[in-house]
Amino acid sequence: MYSQGLIGAQTSTEEDEAFLARFQERIDAEEKIEPTDDMPEGYRRTLIRQIGQHAHSEIVGMLPEGNWITRAPTLRRKAALLAKVQDEGGHGLYLYSAAETLGVTREQMSEELLAGKAKYSSIFNYPTLTWADIGAIGWLVDGAAIMNQIPLCRCSYGPYARAMIRVCKEESFHQRQGYEIMMTLARGTDAQKEMAQDALDRWWWPSLMMFGPHDGDSVHGDQSAKWKIKRFTNDELRQKFVNATVPQAEFIGLKVPDPECRWNEEKQGYDIGPIDWDEFWRVVKGNGPMNRERLEARRKAHEEGAWVREAANAYAAKRKARKQAAKIAAE
Amino acid sequence: MTNETPLWEVFIRPRNGLAHRHCGSLHAADAEMALQAARDVYTRRGEGTSIWVVPSAEITASDPKDKDALFEPTADKIYRHPTFYDIPDDVGHM
Ligand SMILES: [Fe+2]
Ligand SMILES: [Fe+2]
Repeated sequence: MYSQGLIGAQTSTEEDEAFLARFQERIDAEEKIEPTDDMPEGYRRTLIRQIGQHAHSEIVGMLPEGNWITRAPTLRRKAALLAKVQDEGGHGLYLYSAAETLGVTREQMSEELLAGKAKYSSIFNYPTLTWADIGAIGWLVDGAAIMNQIPLCRCSYGPYARAMIRVCKEESFHQRQGYEIMMTLARGTDAQKEMAQDALDRWWWPSLMMFGPHDGDSVHGDQSAKWKIKRFTNDELRQKFVNATVPQAEFIGLKVPDPECRWNEEKQGYDIGPIDWDEFWRVVKGNGPMNRERLEARRKAHEEGAWVREAANAYAAKRKARKQAAKIAAE
Repeated sequence: MTNETPLWEVFIRPRNGLAHRHCGSLHAADAEMALQAARDVYTRRGEGTSIWVVPSAEITASDPKDKDALFEPTADKIYRHPTFYDIPDDVGHM
């Protein structure tokens, strides 16, 4: 139960050595931490930031794909894309409510996003130029998200882990419908195959960047691993993704745009060429091709929906007042 | 109270015969909208046959600080479990 009342009363924990050791003991014993449990402020803050960013990514992630709903090539593709985008909205909502159990409000989180203060996955700051991009997103972006999210199902924080279980159940369809789109194009006319390859060329590197900086350069890694928020490092997850994805590309006759990508028998995995981290940081810091448009679209949706929220609340208040008046009259 | 839309806890009965189970929360202006939102957010793949929504503010939860006082006393009452009693094997399954 996510009783919000207790959370506020709880935030000031005495974080002496003994307290932190006791908390770590619970983590090490694989106990789930629940909203009303004592927890270090750092743990709470880390989770609020991470779950918030994750939620924002789901919500902003609806935009690049939403761009193609009206132009899907068949009714089957359109129905699937609509369902996928709706799922992503749902994922955002599960995650926002998981974050709210930590004492932050939905309003605070969306304000931070709209003000440009909160981060979301850099991948969604790239444009969807052709229909093949919808295939590439499902296959690569959702594929990378799955790699990230599966270990999060065992995250030490209960509400986050439970939200992730729901999300993971739904992600598999996303990846499969994307791969099916790519496969259909790759087996189509020359122009269609070219379109598929072009989409892979553009989405490959940004997908690898989704896993974040190399382990040596990542700031949050160690403590998150100790608290069992994160179970694998960025590089480990990226490697798993590459190992799974390169053969899938080959299977449909496409090639990942990396001349240095080759199988390494010794490590039983693919070696890859260098990632352009300058590009990554440029996009993270707000200067990717679509950063401004994404935030503008969110702001517009928020502003244009304001009257609906206000009307719904006003109507609820009116009905409540009427009900109370009727009750008093009846007594 | 600010202009925050109220929070609701959502409970879903997975199949007939099973109890409603907490599955998450959502914001909605009133109960009717909470039900509709719960349907969209939590039952897109036939997960449920019935939904309850409860205003989160109406839930009274036990305080985790009382955990020991509330739940510890059951630990030493092993005579509440069937295995506490010695019944000869010859009696057969009981
Ligand atoms: Fe998602
Ligand atoms: Fe997805």
